[in-house]
Amino acid sequence: MAARTLFAKIWDDHVVSDLGDGAVLLHVDRHLLHDLGGSRGLLDLKQRGLAVQSPELTFATPDHAISSAAGRAGTTETGWSLLDALRAETREAGIRLFDVGQRGQGIVHVIGPELGLSLPGTLIVCGDSHTCTHGGVGALAFGIGSSELSHVLATQTLVQRRPKTMRVRFEGALRPGVLPKDLILHLIGVIGAAGGTGYAVEYAGSAIAAMPVEGRLTICNLSIELGAKMGFVAPDETTYAYLQGRPYAPKGEAWEHALAAWRTLPGDPDAAFDREVAIDVAGVAPQVTWGTSPEHVVAVDGTIPDPTAEADPVRRRAMEAALAYMGLEPGGPIAGTKVDWVFIGSCTNGRLSDLREAASVARGNRVADGVRAWVVPGSEIVKRDAEAEGLDRVFTQAGFEWREPGCSMCLAANGEVVPPGQRSVSTSNRNFVGRQGPRARTHLASPAVAAAAALAGAITDVRRPA
Amino acid sequence: MRRFTRLEAVAAPILLENIDTDVIIRIERLVGNGIRGTLAPWCFGALRYLPDGSEDPGFVLNRPPYREAGIIIAGRNFGCGSSREGAVWSLQERGVTCVIAPSFGDIFFNNCFQNGILPVVLDEAVVSGLAREVEESQGAGRVTVDLEHCVVVSPAGRRHPFQVEARRREALLQGLDEIGATRRQAAAIEGFQARDRQRRPWVYVTGDPA
Ligand code: SF4
Repeated sequence: MAARTLFAKIWDDHVVSDLGDGAVLLHVDRHLLHDLGGSRGLLDLKQRGLAVQSPELTFATPDHAISSAAGRAGTTETGWSLLDALRAETREAGIRLFDVGQRGQGIVHVIGPELGLSLPGTLIVCGDSHTCTHGGVGALAFGIGSSELSHVLATQTLVQRRPKTMRVRFEGALRPGVLPKDLILHLIGVIGAAGGTGYAVEYAGSAIAAMPVEGRLTICNLSIELGAKMGFVAPDETTYAYLQGRPYAPKGEAWEHALAAWRTLPGDPDAAFDREVAIDVAGVAPQVTWGTSPEHVVAVDGTIPDPTAEADPVRRRAMEAALAYMGLEPGGPIAGTKVDWVFIGSCTNGRLSDLREAASVARGNRVADGVRAWVVPGSEIVKRDAEAEGLDRVFTQAGFEWREPGCSMCLAANGEVVPPGQRSVSTSNRNFVGRQGPRARTHLASPAVAAAAALAGAITDVRRPA
Repeated sequence: MRRFTRLEAVAAPILLENIDTDVIIRIERLVGNGIRGTLAPWCFGALRYLPDGSEDPGFVLNRPPYREAGIIIAGRNFGCGSSREGAVWSLQERGVTCVIAPSFGDIFFNNCFQNGILPVVLDEAVVSGLAREVEESQGAGRVTVDLEHCVVVSPAGRRHPFQVEARRREALLQGLDEIGATRRQAAAIEGFQARDRQRRPWVYVTGDPA
C-alpha cells in the first residue's frame, strides 16, 4: 500500500460509502452539542419526524450563551431559554448533558479532550468552527453548520470532500516568554488567514514533539483562523499519558487494545503532503495582533505596519480599514498602546496550563488602574483544579476577576461585551470587527502577554515588563 | 431546499478580503431558536450602520440600485471564521442567492450549498473585472449566473465559465435535501457501525464512568 499520512489513515477509516464525484459519506464518532445550536438541531430533527441515530455518541454542554457571573446571574432571558431547551431536548433524545455546576461542563472544545471523549483516530464534529481544537489529541475534528448538524443527528454521518494536506513543521526550541499561541499567530501572519483554506493541516516538528497536549490544543484551535477546517498532531506518548485515566477514556483491556491501534496512526515516513511549511521557532517572539484579521499580527516589540508600503490594493484597503477601526496610527511601536480590558480564557487559552502562565505573571502584582481584567476558566474541571492550587487567589489578589466557566467575552453572546470603542487584549482567537461587542477593539495575544498588559495598562513585552 | 438554476440580478461589489461571518451577521442576532426570518435587517450589520444606528450611505448595499442586489461580488476568503449558518440565512433573507469570489471560507462554502445559495469561485482578475464593469454601469448592468451551463455573464456580455462539483450542482438544480439522500444509505451506515464495533470497540463505550 502507498505511504499514507495520518490524515489519510483516519479519513479512510471513516468512509461508510463512496458517493462518487469526490464526495464520501463519513462516520462521525463524536458529535458535540452546545447551547447556541444544540436544541435548534434537535428541534429541527423532531420537526422532520426523525430520531437521533446514535445518542450514545452525542454529548452536550452549555457554554456560549450562559453568563460567567457568579450564579450565572447575567445570563439573558434568551440564554436561559436556550439552556432549558437543551436540557429538555437532550433528556428526550437520551443524550448526555454536562450541565452548569457539574463536573464536565465547560467550553465544548475544552471538555472533549479533558474528559477523554476526544480520542486519537476519531472523527469529531460540532456546530462550531473551533472543533479543530480536538485535533490536538490526534483526531480529525472540524466545525459544521446547522444543516450538517441536523444531518449528523439524523444519520451519524456527513457528506464530505477530501481536503488537500499541508504539513507545518515547527522546529527548534521556544525562547523564554514564547508560548504555543505565539507560534500559531506567527504562522498565520506568515501564510495568511486564507493560507490553510482547503487543507487539512498536520502540525509536526521538534517543537510540537516537545509540547504538552494543552499547547497542541491551542495550536490546533487556531487552524480555522489559518483558513483550515481541521488541524491535528499525530498522537504520541505525550498524548497517551495525557489521556490515560480520563473519565471517558478506555480502561483496562480496552485501553491496551486502543493503544495498539493508535500507535499505527502516525503517518508513514515517506507520505507526501500537498504543501509543506517550516517555521524556525527560535526566531519567534511573543505576538500580538494590531488589526481585525488574525493575520494582522506583529511581534510584541514590533511596529504597527504602514499600509502605504503594501503593494496589493485589496490588502492595502483592508489594512487601512483595520487601522481606522482599531484607532491606531501606522509606524509606531505596538507596545505602549493603552488597554481598557483584558480577557483571559476561551477554548484557545482557557486550560489549566494557560491560567498557570497568566498567574505566574500576575503573582504579587496589581492590575493597572482603569483596567478591567477577567479570568474565565475553560471548564468546571479547570476551575476546580485551578482553585485547588490557589490560582484563583493569585488572580483576585492582583485585582483580576475570577469567574465561572464558559465562552464569556470571547464572542459576547451572553451579555458580556467589551464596551464600544474600548480596547481589549484577549487570549481568544478572533479579533474580527465587533467580535467582542459592537466597535470593541480586540488584540489577540498569549495568556502571558495578556496578563502583562493588565498589569501595565498597556500592551507590553512580557519579557521586559514596563 | 430552494432550487437554483439561473439568476439575473443586480450585483454588489464588496471587494474586501477576509470578510468574516461575524461581519456578515453578529452573534447576538443568532441567539435563540426563533431567528429564521428576522435576519435581513442585520445582514452586514457591522458595515451597514453608523454608530448612531443610522444607515451608512457610504456602504454599497445602502445605495440604489445595489439595495436590491441578488449577487455579491467579494474579495478573497469570503465567509471565513465561524461556522454560523446564520451568515448564509441572513444573505438569503436579504435576497442574495449567489456570491462570486476568488475563494471562500470552507465551512461557509459548505453551508451555502445546504441552503440553495451558489458560491462561485472565479479568478481574482475576473472577479475584479466583473466588479469594475458593474461599477462603471453604476450598478445598472446586471450579472447573470447560469448554473445549467456553469457560466457567469458580465454586464458587457463577457462569459466566464466556472466549475461546480456535479453532485452539488444537481442538488441545487433540483433543490434536493442531503438528509433524505443519506437516509437511503441506512443499511450501509448500520453495517459500518457493526463492523466498527468489532474493530474499535472503545469508540462505542461511552456510558458514564463508575
Ligand atoms: S470560547 Fe470562543 S471560540 Fe471557543 S467555542 Fe466559545 S465562543 Fe467559540
